[in-house]
Amino acid sequence: MTLGEGCRADFPILARSVNGRPLVYLDSGASSQKPRQVLEAMQRFYERSNANVHRSIHTLGEEATEQYEAARDAVRAFVAARYRQEVIFTRGTTDGINVVAATIGRTLQPGDEVIVSEMEHHSNLIPWQMACRDRGATLRAIPLVDGAYLDMEAYARFLGPRTRIVAVAHISNVLGTINPVAEIVRQARVVGAMTLLDGAQAAPHLRLDLAALGCDFYVCSGHKMLGPTGIGVLYGRLETLERLEPGVGGSEMIKEVWIDHAQWNDLPWRFEPGTPPIAEAVGLHAAIEYLDKLGMDRVSAHERDLTRRCLEALSAIPGVTVYGPRNPEIKGAVVAFNVAGYHPHDVAALLDQSGVAVRAGHHCAQPLARALGVTGTLRASFSVYNTAADVERLADAVAGLRDQL
Amino acid sequence: MSAVQYSDVIRERFRKPRFRGRLEGATAAFEDVNPLCGDRIAIECRIEADRLADARHHGDCCAICGASADLLIEMGLGKTTKELGRIATPDLLERLEADIRPTRLKCVTLPLTVLHGALAGKAVAR
Repeated sequence: MTLGEGCRADFPILARSVNGRPLVYLDSGASSQKPRQVLEAMQRFYERSNANVHRSIHTLGEEATEQYEAARDAVRAFVAARYRQEVIFTRGTTDGINVVAATIGRTLQPGDEVIVSEMEHHSNLIPWQMACRDRGATLRAIPLVDGAYLDMEAYARFLGPRTRIVAVAHISNVLGTINPVAEIVRQARVVGAMTLLDGAQAAPHLRLDLAALGCDFYVCSGHKMLGPTGIGVLYGRLETLERLEPGVGGSEMIKEVWIDHAQWNDLPWRFEPGTPPIAEAVGLHAAIEYLDKLGMDRVSAHERDLTRRCLEALSAIPGVTVYGPRNPEIKGAVVAFNVAGYHPHDVAALLDQSGVAVRAGHHCAQPLARALGVTGTLRASFSVYNTAADVERLADAVAGLRDQL
Repeated sequence: MSAVQYSDVIRERFRKPRFRGRLEGATAAFEDVNPLCGDRIAIECRIEADRLADARHHGDCCAICGASADLLIEMGLGKTTKELGRIATPDLLERLEADIRPTRLKCVTLPLTVLHGALAGKAVAR
């Protein structure tokens, strides 16, 4: 039994039908489904231990705090961070990037430069546009080569003494390209620039070793990695976090408060204003335990196999164009494609009639769509519970489109 | 109304649009974008004696949007500008004979916005 076949039964939603056909869910890149273990952990928390964290001197408050902080330890191990102070809970990837942009943004000077790339999700573009606009800094975007890869020569040219931060995707949410992040981080450090990696598509798919990677920031979302919505992780390198002023304020992130000033709390709470997503942290903890049990190396190999099958099956259908790297070894669990003569939204709607869920549109990466010369694409993305049969259902539905429209 | 989203009407208009293309001698034209999907459609019209004498649509859009534009022009030919201004979404939905989901309603209404924009002299798309 393959990994996908083995864990399908843990995901209750996969038992349902859509339009009279068994659901084939190929939109995990947008949001993954949740195993029973995650749903039960959250239910148990709400039924047994629900309370606010860090300030309630009663049993439930202590249990909630204990479970919330245990989730932090689980994340630390999962991403291989050195210290638990490096793990900050956010509301998601977008929130994590905004927390960093708000923090670094206020220190930007006119003439400073921020480097992003042409393949960024809007979430890793707009916060930097806003920060640069507010401070008179310059935003530069690494262009693409061959419509799939970052132009590393252009990146080297962009880097300089004015570069303050480099913010790029670990894995493109459209192309699936696994970017050479270790090299990107290494080169940024040479010029003294900070680095932020958008790991929304990578954390569910790859074994991470952030201590070894050496980036200053890494962000990801719980809901794309079998966990609940409303929680994300912002990893910050301890040495970097220690010298940064928080950009977002509120309760929890302070030690002592006066009317006109305050003393910041210790790390990691300094960057966690307000009541955090507690039940969601408990759910994320269960999701991490689930992934750990499967083993991230097996998860990667399984999803790589599905990506390879999908590339082969779609490429064999006349009129289908596939985007991004053709080699599954350097590609995440994402395959973007178009069908000649058909609008992506029509294709997605017709696939849905066959019970196959894919995403269609610009995937919150309009500059990338423009660079590819398309208004949008279809995107099939995979998770642990997908199988080779799912890929076959997709390919059959795509091949049968011409009879439907 | 049919239970399917891609009705025979939409399929037929997708395969054989009757009013797709450019219009020589257009007196009014407008183009707009669906912010949800980035789709873009333009309608070019020729108004003679306050009536819609001819019109064409073109752009980069889905089958529902294209069918809606095609039907809208067909419905509008010969009508006065005042009558054209009264054409509304339910009229188009009735002609499409399809079960349009809420997420795709904008695909139906975009051509209407564009036609009304052209009549209001908002801009010339060319």
